Amino acid sequence: MTAAVMPLAAGELAAFGKDPWWIILIKAVAITVFLLVFTIFNVWFERRVVARMQHRVGPNVHGKFGLLQSLADGIKLSLKETIKPKGVDTILYVLAPIISAAMAFVAFSVIPLGPEVSIFGHRTPLQLTDLPVGVLFVLAAASLGIYGIVLGGWSSGSTYPLLGGLRSSAQMISYEVAMGLALVAVFLYSGSMSTSEIVGAQAGGSAVDIFGVTLQLPSWYGVVLLPSFLIYMIAMVGETNRAPFDLPEAEGELVAGFMTEYSSMKYLLFFLAEYVNMVTVSALATTMFLGGWRAPWPISLWAGANEGWWPLLWFLGKVLVFLFVFIWLRGTLPRMRYDQFMRLGWKILIPVALVWTVFVATARATLSAGYQRQFFFGIGAVVIVVLLLSFVYDAVAARREKAEEVEREEADQVEFDPFAGGYPVPPMPGQKVPGLEPAAVAVAAASAGAGSADSSGGAGAEGAGQQADSGEERGRG
Amino acid sequence: MGIEEKLPAGVLLTTVEGVVGYFRKASVWPATFGLACCAIEMMTTGGPVYDTGRFGMEVFRASPRQADLMIVAGRVSQKMAPVLRQIYDQMPEPKWVLSMGVCASSGGMFNNYAIVQGVDHVVPVDIYLPGCPPRPEMLLDAILKLHHKIQTSKLGVHKEQELEEQELTALESASTSEMKGLLR
Repeated sequence: MTAAVMPLAAGELAAFGKDPWWIILIKAVAITVFLLVFTIFNVWFERRVVARMQHRVGPNVHGKFGLLQSLADGIKLSLKETIKPKGVDTILYVLAPIISAAMAFVAFSVIPLGPEVSIFGHRTPLQLTDLPVGVLFVLAAASLGIYGIVLGGWSSGSTYPLLGGLRSSAQMISYEVAMGLALVAVFLYSGSMSTSEIVGAQAGGSAVDIFGVTLQLPSWYGVVLLPSFLIYMIAMVGETNRAPFDLPEAEGELVAGFMTEYSSMKYLLFFLAEYVNMVTVSALATTMFLGGWRAPWPISLWAGANEGWWPLLWFLGKVLVFLFVFIWLRGTLPRMRYDQFMRLGWKILIPVALVWTVFVATARATLSAGYQRQFFFGIGAVVIVVLLLSFVYDAVAARREKAEEVEREEADQVEFDPFAGGYPVPPMPGQKVPGLEPAAVAVAAASAGAGSADSSGGAGAEGAGQQADSGEERGRG
Repeated sequence: MGIEEKLPAGVLLTTVEGVVGYFRKASVWPATFGLACCAIEMMTTGGPVYDTGRFGMEVFRASPRQADLMIVAGRVSQKMAPVLRQIYDQMPEPKWVLSMGVCASSGGMFNNYAIVQGVDHVVPVDIYLPGCPPRPEMLLDAILKLHHKIQTSKLGVHKEQELEEQELTALESASTSEMKGLLR
């Protein structure tokens, strides 16, 4: 075999692969230590913020502002007795948390943390390494991390962990697709899959000419490709098994999901992996959509904002914003039901991501083929009008169907005798108890056929929406 | 992990005891386990007014494998006793038991065949908390006293010595049947 190195275009990733070994070592150790310390901070941050959201104080006794809290959790867990239940597959049981944690750390190696800086007189970018397919590498590492969860669930030899592990794999498959599709638009725009180049591509905004008016486009893909950004945000919460998508470890149903049988150090590793994964997907979101380490607008007016070590601070700030959103979601939303979660993934996120990807690809192709922007905007307007019309049609059809259903139900109404069997029984759904019926319900039911078409706003035509509508009518009647 | 238990007696072990005790008391995760009305008071203790989260105790773990403290909150029926024991057995060492309320401590007003007359018949109890039910302030007080106990607990050789001394004092002291008059 010849030592065939992947050929790179001149200038592409030229800054990488030239570091001496000690710089690489420093960077690797620094990233590991950073992630560990940041995890300790994050656990504390999460508990304090969630406490505030629940009108509590949160950890504030141990250490200044309770900062020692998560360190204490870590040390206590590692000092606890190691339990290996009887039915476990020993090798996989031990290996699973290690896979999970290791993969979480690996994914961070291609995240750009800053521009070229000088470390002991050596110029080097603030990034361990970069690949022409850097983003795919992050996705691959995140997927491998799920092996840890699935194997941990399976090897525990117990029902709850197994169900948790299976849920996790299903969740991963569903949301990885949407996540990947959301990122395709970014690849199309930046023309690269390497993280450092995607950051570079978001450096300068472009001017756009709409019907003679020149507009300065923002350079962040989070603004330019807003639908991609939103899909990625939802998918990243699903990917990291965080609330409201924390089905693999749902307390109310699965005790602690895949971690049920894990204690002490191995549990600590899973815990660590979850938080490092949160940081990794947040860092990827920052890199792909929020301009990476580049300074945000008011700061970017300062000429030195994107040089030296400062960008590390902007990067951290952006990651913290994402982490806050994670915590905010956890403090606000209840856990989704499993089928709702799957429906969201397969029936909403993936189709929307597909359509959006095709849309972006078409736009790029028409623009590069030399067509005017006006032509493209015209097509866009037509598409949007067609979409709106279809939504209106759907809404009208759903209302008509609902009205017909109410009529049919009324026609099917059978006289209900609560004492037919000798003792009183409650009515079945759709049956009415004669005489007992409150006047308000009767009025609402009678007017439902005629009134629902103009009063209720049930465009979604979902179960919850219908219930809410009928409840509202009853209240009004 | 067990290394801390194998240190030789002396200054090193005393220092480790102090540090380990601090981190252990700073992170006592209770098991999600409520039996009766005391459990309502226990939940209140985790709520906004009393907030055990200040001491890092808002993490109620559903899996006993990750819990440190079992708060027996309420009367233990004969039928519940084996379940309670199993949950206790599933918790990894070091673990503590807080017997909350008079029913868990001694059977309380349920002096009948259905209720275990004190949970110490089933599991070793570290701290008894009277009250029917105890108010959240009392539970907080019990938790703080337990924290003190965890902080001052011994490891390894020191622990063995302590246990030996306790055994000796117990053997030398008069048994309840021997106590007469006001002593009894």
